Amino acid sequence: MFDLLTLVTFLPLLGVLALFAVRSEMFRKVGALAVSLMTFVVSLFLLVNWNPMEPGGFAREVQFNWFPEIGLSFHLGVDGISLWLVLLTTFMMPIAVAFSNLYVKDRIGQHLILLLLLETALIGVFLALDLVLFFVFFEFTLIPMYFLIGQWGSENREYAAIKFVMYTLLGSAFMLVAVVSVYALTGTFSIMEITRVLPATAGIGFQTLGFLAFVLAFAVKIPLFPFHTWLPDAHVQAPTAGSIMLASLLLKMGAYGIFRLAIPFFPAAAAELLVYVILLALAGIVYGGLVALQQKDVKSLVAYSSVAHMGFIVLGLFVFNTQGVSGAILQMINHGLSTGALFLMVGFLYERRHTRRFADFGGLWKSIPVYCAFFLIIAMSSAGLPGLNGFVGEFSILMGAYAVNPGYALVASVGVVLAAWYLLTAYRKLAQGEIVHQENRADVLSDLNSQELSMLVPVVVMCFALGLFPNLLLDKIVPAVELWLPGR
Amino acid sequence: MTLAYNAILPEIVIFGGAVLVLLVDLFRRVAQSEARNSTVLSYLSLAVVAVSAILTFTAAADGRTVMFQTSAVADTLTAAIRLVVLVTTALVLLIGSRYVPSFTHQTGEYYTLLLICAGAMMTMAMAADLMMLFLALETFSLSLILLAGMFRENPHSTEASMKYFLLSAFASAFFVYGAALVYGATGTIALASLASSAALPSPLLFVGVALLLVGFGFKLSVAPFHMWTPDVYQGAPTTVTAFMSVGTKTAMLGALIRLFILALPETWANSTSILMILAVLTMTVGNLTALSQTSLKRMLGYSSIAHAGYLLAGLVPGTENAIDGALFYLFTYAFMNVGAFIIIIAIEQPIETDIERSQLRGAGQKAPWLAGFMALFLFSLSGIPPLAGFFGKFLLFRAIIEGGFLWLAIAMVLNSAISAYYYLRVIVAMYFRSGAKPLPVTQGTRGLYLGMVAAGVMVLVIGFFPSFWLQLLTR
Repeated sequence: MFDLLTLVTFLPLLGVLALFAVRSEMFRKVGALAVSLMTFVVSLFLLVNWNPMEPGGFAREVQFNWFPEIGLSFHLGVDGISLWLVLLTTFMMPIAVAFSNLYVKDRIGQHLILLLLLETALIGVFLALDLVLFFVFFEFTLIPMYFLIGQWGSENREYAAIKFVMYTLLGSAFMLVAVVSVYALTGTFSIMEITRVLPATAGIGFQTLGFLAFVLAFAVKIPLFPFHTWLPDAHVQAPTAGSIMLASLLLKMGAYGIFRLAIPFFPAAAAELLVYVILLALAGIVYGGLVALQQKDVKSLVAYSSVAHMGFIVLGLFVFNTQGVSGAILQMINHGLSTGALFLMVGFLYERRHTRRFADFGGLWKSIPVYCAFFLIIAMSSAGLPGLNGFVGEFSILMGAYAVNPGYALVASVGVVLAAWYLLTAYRKLAQGEIVHQENRADVLSDLNSQELSMLVPVVVMCFALGLFPNLLLDKIVPAVELWLPGR
Repeated sequence: MTLAYNAILPEIVIFGGAVLVLLVDLFRRVAQSEARNSTVLSYLSLAVVAVSAILTFTAAADGRTVMFQTSAVADTLTAAIRLVVLVTTALVLLIGSRYVPSFTHQTGEYYTLLLICAGAMMTMAMAADLMMLFLALETFSLSLILLAGMFRENPHSTEASMKYFLLSAFASAFFVYGAALVYGATGTIALASLASSAALPSPLLFVGVALLLVGFGFKLSVAPFHMWTPDVYQGAPTTVTAFMSVGTKTAMLGALIRLFILALPETWANSTSILMILAVLTMTVGNLTALSQTSLKRMLGYSSIAHAGYLLAGLVPGTENAIDGALFYLFTYAFMNVGAFIIIIAIEQPIETDIERSQLRGAGQKAPWLAGFMALFLFSLSGIPPLAGFFGKFLLFRAIIEGGFLWLAIAMVLNSAISAYYYLRVIVAMYFRSGAKPLPVTQGTRGLYLGMVAAGVMVLVIGFFPSFWLQLLTR
């Protein structure tokens, strides 16, 4: 029971219990940061003795009975895909905690407890190898996120919080039906067992319905166009740490679910319906980019850019070749880093000026140059500038898409252009030009302080590291993807 | 044939305890204050319930016993229903010691009636012929009618009692007429011999079964026989509401399982389409109406209709898994639903018996523990994993899908998702809004908080260790 996987998953939960025990805000802040850093360090040990075993390619597994009467077991495992998503989670969490420690004044203890609860749920989703266990963690992420948006959000937070929860619940309702139907057919909830048995036993009708049910649940989460409407609301209203969690990690649950469950369970249906999914993904890429161009609020621009970027990831997953799929996995990590950092930047700005409207800024380069330099780097990493992390993933996806249908690659590359356009526009509106508003003058506005830099620098270092040495990740991703691909 | 006293000891203890409570009340009342009297009686009743629970376990260890020729039977179903009723009664007793004297001077009668009611509910699950079933049904209905009207100064309470009386009378009439027709068609009232006698389908039997089902429908608040539920739930003293919302369902479902699924499996299998319609109608009506409620007790009333719908849906396949699922669900429902009512009791004013949702505004800050537990119970009611309510729903769900009722399953998950909306609105009020007025925590006593914590801990413990509790209930 006390193995590495369980430890990584439940360390944040232990932290929650510890946080309940102490009363002092100071201790809670330090404690939450310490717990999240400790989780990161412990999760790094997953890399030690990395030796994926056939079949399935899992380097570590742990399993014990939870509710044997319904066939539910507590079953975790890590392979070359989930590894990076777990590391992304444990990497981003201390940053979110540090941001909240610095800026959240109201009920910070509760806020941190919710963040740590969310961390356990997210790691659980990425590691779960039992379908019901996956569902349990997947649904449980709603509770902390609901409170984070609803309690620390902006004016319209109630609406955004409820919309977020209701969309997800309605989306996953059908998935639950499919989960139990899969059990009725195969007699197991083990994800690997189902992957092995189900494609051979299920007819095309069952597969199609099952695929649609799973994809609907994940399409809401990703979000795939046209199920994205909750996202801008949730992002704009959420507190910064909530936005980071949402963009970096929660959206990845959807893409990961498609990769781990929807396609392997129902390959025939996936092959049948992939054109429609790809079309929706392409629509999302173009739509997200065009709408992002129109935004007057920095945060909603980043939110819509997420819609476009997630479209790329879905496109990569569904082209079914090594380049496309490993590009998509890589891009999940890249998007987590870049967009997380963008929300962090927006958060820094908002805490200084209490506005996010472009119209209230301009000429920031003259007053806060360090901030602007970091903003530019991160915007470029998000836009896919070569040498930074976004480029490798996007390029790989485009290559994969081109191999299947040059048309896909053509439409998707429109998205690349749009991304550079709206991100540079954002930078221009914020940083360039003359200082119009007195509040933006150098003597009023302070540049990034050391605490803020300590949150940003690790992300930027990772952006460069992954841009220059993508093989750090790809070495483990590609073998896992190649195990995954046959039969598609 | 000797009588196996062991097997009916739990009921004997409860009914004996009721008499004891009445006697103790008679001799103590003169000397003691109302509140003190209530505390003593509630502890005495709790002790009775505890003894009965222990005896339930020893009786269950003896296996299946048939008593009084064929009119009573003690088996695992009986044990499970007894357990759920006893747990509910214990929670309601625990939270009532201060609350009861705030609405009535007849504390002795309250505890006596509560115990009689619990005993009769347990008897429902033991009844193995139609006569016994009817006797138990009447006993617990009459006790509930009296309990619902105990808040005499409040006209709503009297109205609740009157309404429940009239509707119960209707239900009983349907039930007894149905029983008479079934007897006419089969020549027996023993459930064990119904099946063999009912082999030949006859119109008389069909009408009889239909009438029995209507009787059950009234009591279980299955749509379209649910109209009385919100009014009675809102008007009755809140402890009584908490007790009847779980207790009635438990007793009626126990009897439903024994009468239809175990004794008349073919009839049950032939009526699945009607049952499905009733189940979907019940949960949908319950949930959609609950959406627009502002009174918490009314909302929980409609939510309880919805949960009756889930339970009925879960039983439609009529398999062993379905029965196990329903029993497990009832067990979890006892904690989460009574739990939600405990919070309402904690903030109720002495004169009113009703709380508007808006009164909870800002509770998250002003009474963090109360709000935290309320949120826990509501999340569990809406079926968010890994709380107890999720596994309850999951088991029902599995039975439905294994039975091949895909559309029923879809209707149920969609309903469950809709229900989250009104549960979440309470949480919105508690956490996302700030209230001007301080939260009036008037009824907080040790017993109440103990009940709240016990229910909350159980909601978590059942969620984390569901296997143990399922085995305990179904073995």
